[in-house]
Amino acid sequence: MTTPTMREQFVQTTTDALDTDPRVALVLAEISADRFVAAAQRHPHRVLNVGIREQAMVGVGGGLALTGLRPIVHSITPFVVERPFEQLKLDFGHQGVGAIVVSTGASYDYSESGRTHMAPGDVALIDSLPGWTVHVPGHPAEVDALLRAALPGDDPVYLRLSDRTNAEPLVTGPGWHTVRTGRRGVVLAVGPMLDPVLTATAALDVTVLYTATVRPFDAEGLRAAVRDATADVVLVEPYLRGTSTHEVNDALADVPHRTLALGVRRDQELRAYGTAEEHEAAHGLRPTAIAAAVQDFLERAAR
Amino acid sequence: MTITTTGGYADLRPLMSAMTGDEKHSAAATSTLDVLWVLYDQVLSVDPQRPDDPDRDRFLLSKGHGPMAFYAVLAAKGFLDPAELSGFGEFRSRLGFHPDRVLAPGVEISSGSLGHGLPLGLGMVLGLRAQGRHRPRVVVLVGDAELDEGSNHEAIQVAGRWGLGQLTTVVVDNQSSSTGWPGGIAERFTREGWAAHTVDGRDHDQLRRALTDTRPDRPLAVVAEVEPKEQ
Repeated sequence: MTTPTMREQFVQTTTDALDTDPRVALVLAEISADRFVAAAQRHPHRVLNVGIREQAMVGVGGGLALTGLRPIVHSITPFVVERPFEQLKLDFGHQGVGAIVVSTGASYDYSESGRTHMAPGDVALIDSLPGWTVHVPGHPAEVDALLRAALPGDDPVYLRLSDRTNAEPLVTGPGWHTVRTGRRGVVLAVGPMLDPVLTATAALDVTVLYTATVRPFDAEGLRAAVRDATADVVLVEPYLRGTSTHEVNDALADVPHRTLALGVRRDQELRAYGTAEEHEAAHGLRPTAIAAAVQDFLERAAR
Repeated sequence: MTITTTGGYADLRPLMSAMTGDEKHSAAATSTLDVLWVLYDQVLSVDPQRPDDPDRDRFLLSKGHGPMAFYAVLAAKGFLDPAELSGFGEFRSRLGFHPDRVLAPGVEISSGSLGHGLPLGLGMVLGLRAQGRHRPRVVVLVGDAELDEGSNHEAIQVAGRWGLGQLTTVVVDNQSSSTGWPGGIAERFTREGWAAHTVDGRDHDQLRRALTDTRPDRPLAVVAEVEPKEQ
């Protein structure tokens, strides 16, 4: 049996939830509607495809939540996060209600489609809104666990699906999970960056922490890891470089520390097609580039 | 605190005069006064003693600027203590220049940014329908210039095509849109499958008749014409 993709897992888990929980509703703007045809036939009043209308999609999600339902709102990342961003800001949190917003097509998944289908600033944007939980799963099995855990609540949740995955799932509870311990520094790997980070740091004496839930940020977990190693922190995120740097700085406000942030470059629009691997290389997110950056960072501390 | 005060139409202007400090929006505030009064006095099924009743009608003030008339009606109908009105816009007040549902009792949506009320109202109707609640109405008040926002047209199209009879849009038309709508505002709604009426927005009888003329198979739009916004 082949492992489903994150998106396939999202469809399975959501379909199950629609079948078993009358509070769950799904709002679509054409994207993925072909994957929910059977669910829409069984639940015509809770599977709502509003057409290519992303503002209405998010607003409808807010209205559903105001009547007590648990809406899932889903589209490709730029269309569900960037285009209707004011709706995310005002139609959920400001109304005092939530939803599960599920994006697909992360930073450079749709590399051949170019800039219009990329939104590496998604987590940074959501991070500007108070109260949101942000899940960045690294494996389809984690998508299932995180989505199931989010369904009973009422709070705003962002679930970020990607084609880039780690070979194996890890635990998906809140906070940082220790994957490896070392003495020379702490490397934080978010979601699909874990496997590249483990390859990159195989020969380095560092602690590696993993999370699939980057907001709320586990400051205590980071502080504990820093106490056992050093306060040299490398943050490796699969979206805009430095998105969580302020969280690292806040967590270590009373500790002399250094932070190196790796992620999607923010200094220029990468105007290229090609493969996801080529985009990773351009952003310095292949294992060899991560290894070189971490090594250089740690060596500069020693000098 | 139990609020028992219920006033009449004649009390609204004195209640509004308790609020000061938002001169820029005063024209916008009085343009909605009669529509709001007719809705709360004769049309909506709402009860300040049961503000969270799931079967209540929902009134969504999408045109959130200039909410003095709204607050005055809520005070007259017992949702708000009239004594609160004098704090309008102050730091500790629950009543701001744009209403906040989390703060103010009887307020169904937080608004102020134009173009959010209709999609939210559409979602509310769909949420009620999914839960088998076919009686409550969702009434959204927008301004004619607010219809410039494209998000409204997304919702107008979907509600029309899906024939959502529980949804009503009231357009208070004070001719403040700089481009307007060819053939009039009602024409735009009927083209999308809505029932529509255009009435004198100061005439309570006309307003009541239009606002209660709902259809099971299509949403209702009521265009309430008032005097043009002062330039």
